[in-house]
Amino acid sequence: MLKQVEGSVAVAEAIALCRPEVVCAYPITPQTHIVEGIGALVKTGELENCEFINVESEFAALSVAIGASAAGARAYTATASQGILFMAEAVYNAGGLGLPIVMTVGNRAIGAPINIWNDHTDAMAVKDAGWIQLFAETNQEAVDLHIQAFRLAEELSCPVMVCMDGFILTHAYERVDVPTQEEVDAFLPSYDPVQVLDPADPYSIGAMVGPEAFTEVRYLAHEKQLQALRLIPEIADVFKDVFGRESGGLVHPYRTEGAETIVVALGSVNGTIKEVVDAMRDGGAAVGSVSLCSFRPFPLTELGEALGDAKHVVVVEKSLAPGLGGVLASNVRMALRDSALPVYTVIAGLGGRPITMAALEEVLVAAAAGRLPDTQFLDIDHGVVEHDIIRARKTRRSGPTAENILKNLAAATAVAAGEGDTS
Amino acid sequence: MSKKGALQRVKFYQTGTHTVGNRLMDETARSVQASMDRSNTITSGHRACQGCGEALGARYALDAAMRAAQGQLVAVNATGCLEVFTTPYPETSWQIPWLHSLFGNAPAVATGVAAAMRRKGRSDVKVVAQGGDGGTTDIGFGCLSGMFERNDDVLYICYDNEAYMNTGVQRSSATPPAARTATTPAVGDAPGNVFGTGKNLPLIAMAHNIPYVATASVADLHDLEAKVTRAMAIEGARYIHIMVPCPLGWGSQPHDTIRIARLAMESGLFPLFEAEHGEVTRSHKIRRKVPVEDYLKPQRRFAHLFRKGHEDKERLAALQRMADANIKRFNLLDERESP
Repeated sequence: MLKQVEGSVAVAEAIALCRPEVVCAYPITPQTHIVEGIGALVKTGELENCEFINVESEFAALSVAIGASAAGARAYTATASQGILFMAEAVYNAGGLGLPIVMTVGNRAIGAPINIWNDHTDAMAVKDAGWIQLFAETNQEAVDLHIQAFRLAEELSCPVMVCMDGFILTHAYERVDVPTQEEVDAFLPSYDPVQVLDPADPYSIGAMVGPEAFTEVRYLAHEKQLQALRLIPEIADVFKDVFGRESGGLVHPYRTEGAETIVVALGSVNGTIKEVVDAMRDGGAAVGSVSLCSFRPFPLTELGEALGDAKHVVVVEKSLAPGLGGVLASNVRMALRDSALPVYTVIAGLGGRPITMAALEEVLVAAAAGRLPDTQFLDIDHGVVEHDIIRARKTRRSGPTAENILKNLAAATAVAAGEGDTS
Repeated sequence: MSKKGALQRVKFYQTGTHTVGNRLMDETARSVQASMDRSNTITSGHRACQGCGEALGARYALDAAMRAAQGQLVAVNATGCLEVFTTPYPETSWQIPWLHSLFGNAPAVATGVAAAMRRKGRSDVKVVAQGGDGGTTDIGFGCLSGMFERNDDVLYICYDNEAYMNTGVQRSSATPPAARTATTPAVGDAPGNVFGTGKNLPLIAMAHNIPYVATASVADLHDLEAKVTRAMAIEGARYIHIMVPCPLGWGSQPHDTIRIARLAMESGLFPLFEAEHGEVTRSHKIRRKVPVEDYLKPQRRFAHLFRKGHEDKERLAALQRMADANIKRFNLLDERESP
C-alpha cells in the first residue's frame, strides 16, 4: 500500500511482514525508530509469535540473535555507528557461524569526535566480517531489500546487513509502497535452517578449528559470497515478478551509455548524483552513474562491465581509510584492475556534511578535464585545516583538535556576525 | 543437608573422604552418575588435565540438568577451558546440542536460544549456559546481568577456578587475595594478588532478585546435583556458582582436587548456600571447621605465605578474617538438627 511514511517506520513494517521470531532491541541513533516501531507492532499484537527482547548492549543484541538463529528462529536486530563497533566481535561470530541473521544498519559516523550524522564508516568497519552488505538508495529500496535479505540470508545461511543512510533515509518521510502480508508470504518461505540446536539430533556448533581446516572454512565463507553474486540478481528478479517493481540486484547503472565520466557511489547520495547526471546530460556532458547496491559481495565483473567504456571514474564515498584514502575506491580499482582507467576518489558527506549538486558537478567537470587529484575531500575548508596545523605546531600541548577547530569556527562566525551588524 | 531436601540423611561416611557412598543411599537419592542410563552429556575422551575440577563439576551439573530436563537440554558455552578441552573438532565430548559463540556473550546467546525455543513451541527444551570465572565475573558480566534482570529462562553455571586458566593462569576478579597467578606474581612486599574488596558474584546475582542462586562445590557432588535439580525445576534466571579447583593453576596435586575443594568449604572461604528471590534460604553447615592454613598450604599459589621463618602472619590473619566473616554472614556453624 502506498503511503507517506518515515523510512524507519516503513522498515519496521517490512520486518514485521517477514515474520521474525526473535527481535533484539538496543537504542542508538539513527536506527532507534526501527526497533521502536517493531516493538509497538509486537505489543499491539499486529506482529504475532515474536519475542521482542530489550537487551543491555549491542553486543548482547547480536548475541541474542545468534542464539535464536542457531536454535532455528528467524532473528533480526538493528544498529548503527558505535553500536556496530561494540558488537563487532559478534558480527564476525555470526558471519563465521553462517547464521542467517538480518540486521539493519542506519549508517552513521564513528567517533571520536562523536557525531550522530550520516556516513558509511560503520558499515566499512565490518565489511570483511563475512556478512552480505546491501545499500539502499531510497526508502522504497530499504523496504524491499529487507524482504529480499531474509530470503537471501536463509537460502545461503549467511547473515545480511541492510545499510540505509542515517537520517537521510531513516528519518525521511516519503512515499513508500509497503507490501501486503500475502505478497511477502508468497515471496518469503519459512526459515528452514541448515544447522539447528535440536535435542533429537545433537551436534556441537562453534567448536575450535585449527590450522588443518581453518583456511578451508574461511574459503567456504568467501565462496558463499560468490554464490551470493549469482543469487542476489535472481532474488531481485523473483521479487520483481511478485511485487512488480525493480529493487535490489548488484549494480544500478544510470545513463552510462556513451558516458565518458561515470560516478560510482553507495546509498542515498545516488539520488543527488542522478539529478546532477541529468542536468549535465542536458548540457551535453557525457556523464553517467552507477549505484552499487551490493558492496559485499563486491560485484567485480558487473561493475567492471558497467564502467568499461568510461574514460574517467569518480568514486564518491562517505568513508575514509586514513593513510590510504578511499575504501570503496580501492574496491572499484580492483574491478578495473585490467584497465588503465583513472579512478578518482572523492571523500564526501563525512559526519553528515551535505553533498550538494553544485559541488558534485564541479567535481565531474574537473574529472572530465583530467584535473581531479587522486583523492579529494569534497567541500573541505582548507583554511580551517591549515590554521589548525599551524596552531598545533606552535606549542607541544596544543590541546584537542576537534574542540580547537570548533572554537575557531565559532570565533570566525562571531566576527562575521559583528561585521554584519555594523555594516 | 536439609530435612526438606531430596537427600536422605545418612550417618555413615566413607573413611577419610566424608563422601556419601552411593550404596548407602536410597536408590532415588543416588547420584545421576550411579544410573546405568545416565545421560553422559560430556562423554569420555576429552582433553581436560588430570584432576580437573571443572570437568568433574560440569559432568555432574549437566547430567543432573539433563535428567531434570528429561533429555531436552541445550548447552551454551563461553570460551574457556571447558569449551576448548571438549571440542577440538572433529572430536566433541558433547552428547547434547551445544553452542559456543564468544567469551563474553554466553548469557545473551542462551537468552536467544530460550526465546527461539519458546517461539518454536518447544518450551520443554531447557537451556543451560556455562562459563569459567573469567567468562562470568569479568568479560561476560554485562550480558549475565542483563539476562538476570530480564529474568530470562536460563540456568547459568559458573565453574570458578579463580583465574584465567585456559590462557595460562592469569588473575580474574574471582582470584582470591594473595594468590599467585601469572599476572600477580609472588614477588615484592605484597606478593600475589591484591587484597581488594572482592567481587562476590552469587551476592550480585541475588541483588537481581532472581528466583534461584546457589553456590556448590565438587567436594559435595550430591549437594551439587541437588542444587542443579532444584534450579531446573524453577522458571526464570537461575545462577549456580561451583568451585572447581584447578591443579595446574593452583599448584596442587591432581589427586587433591576434592580434598582442597572440601577444605575451602570447611574453612569458610567458600560458603555453600542457596538463595531464592534475593534471600538466603539454606546454607551448608561446616562439619568440622578448619583454619584457612589447612586449605592454603597444599596450594603452591599460596606458598609465599608460608616461607620458612617468614610466614606472612598478617595476610594469613586477613584471609582468616574473610573466612570468619563468611561463617558469620552465612551462618555456617550452626549445630545441625539431630536426626
